[in-house]
Amino acid sequence: MPNLKDLKNRIESVKSTRKITKAMQMVAAAKLRRAQEAAEAGRPYAERFNAVLGGLAASSGGDSAPKLLSGTGSDQVHMLVVMTAERGLCGGFNSSIVKMARAKAEELIASGKTVKILTVGKKGREQLKRDFADNMVDHVDLSEVRNVGYDNAQGIANDLINRFNNGEYDVATIFYNKFESVISQIPTTQQVIPASFDAPAEGAEEVSTVYDYEPSEEGILATLLPSGVATQIFTALLENGASEQGARMSAMDNATRNAGDMIDKLTIEFNRSRQAVITNELIEIISGAEAL
Amino acid sequence: MADTMQFDLVSPERSLASLQATAVQLPGADGDLTAMPNHAPTITTLRPGIVRVESPEGNAEFAVTGGFAEVTANGTSVLAERALPVSEVTQDVLDGFVSDAAAASENATAENLDELAKRTVDIAAMASELGLSVKG
Repeated sequence: MPNLKDLKNRIESVKSTRKITKAMQMVAAAKLRRAQEAAEAGRPYAERFNAVLGGLAASSGGDSAPKLLSGTGSDQVHMLVVMTAERGLCGGFNSSIVKMARAKAEELIASGKTVKILTVGKKGREQLKRDFADNMVDHVDLSEVRNVGYDNAQGIANDLINRFNNGEYDVATIFYNKFESVISQIPTTQQVIPASFDAPAEGAEEVSTVYDYEPSEEGILATLLPSGVATQIFTALLENGASEQGARMSAMDNATRNAGDMIDKLTIEFNRSRQAVITNELIEIISGAEAL
Repeated sequence: MADTMQFDLVSPERSLASLQATAVQLPGADGDLTAMPNHAPTITTLRPGIVRVESPEGNAEFAVTGGFAEVTANGTSVLAERALPVSEVTQDVLDGFVSDAAAASENATAENLDELAKRTVDIAAMASELGLSVKG
């Protein structure tokens, strides 16, 4: 039988764990609100940008299109940009992205392609390093960044574009979690280079407007494509940020509840043992008295 | 004829302005242009400069560092890489713009060297327009 002191210590330690998880849950809830606001504030820009860029891209396809749009004509070398969190304790958030990236990498390697991996966020790097240590090309550390800004996205985008221009890879795909709700985040892949656009939903109306382009259609496209990459990465970072906090919030909520259950169970055990000890002592006293 | 149009100024991080305007002066890459209601549909890239908005409620000025503008008959949207009200542009902010441009120039390739040099000059021009100066 575990002695009373041990049980008491155990209850105390679970109680302080519960305090910690509770606090983390509340912090995550507060951060989630901010992350969600940031994601919403960024949405109008991304939507318009993609609408305009999509329209431009559709109208100026063909051989003269910039490489960022048309690709290098090969798909031999793939760059996987895996975006995860800098911290753990957020449920399946990191592992779901990593799982998806790993599946994709294995599939590509099996079909004879070369895979390069660039990680954003420490957790993804740690997990992928085990299997793909030779494929890792770089890592972007955002642990010092409190609020992800467009600058961060631009930095990643510039790095990607430079590597693309140097012929280091042919196709770049980003992996991130799309924020659906607090309890559901969807691991998503998106090809950013060569650029791919969703067919505009209200496209019929858009196409009918004939725009004047200044300086020229090609000129604008050439300027906008790099920003397009940055915008897509920025959107992904924001979605990821909101997803991370959402995932952490629900994970910590579960942890808090589990700790509560455990405290109840331990308390019952503690009381039972205490009673047993008292009964024992009474029996000893009574039998001692009877013996006299 | 409608005498106002919808004006939106958005940056990747937030939406800065959304109001009814009578005229918007844009720092286009090929030169300034002013968009008024019923302007022909135009898409133009922007150089670093100042967007001036005239509206019935008064005028507003925003500094932008690039991006593009979409002008249609009943509205103008400016999608700026970075934008902020002119009143918030201090010497520190300006120095930030300058150092960003300088950093970009350092890894410039032959093709975009001119473009980046122009960018630096445009920022200097914007600075003098705002009564600030670019150091060194």
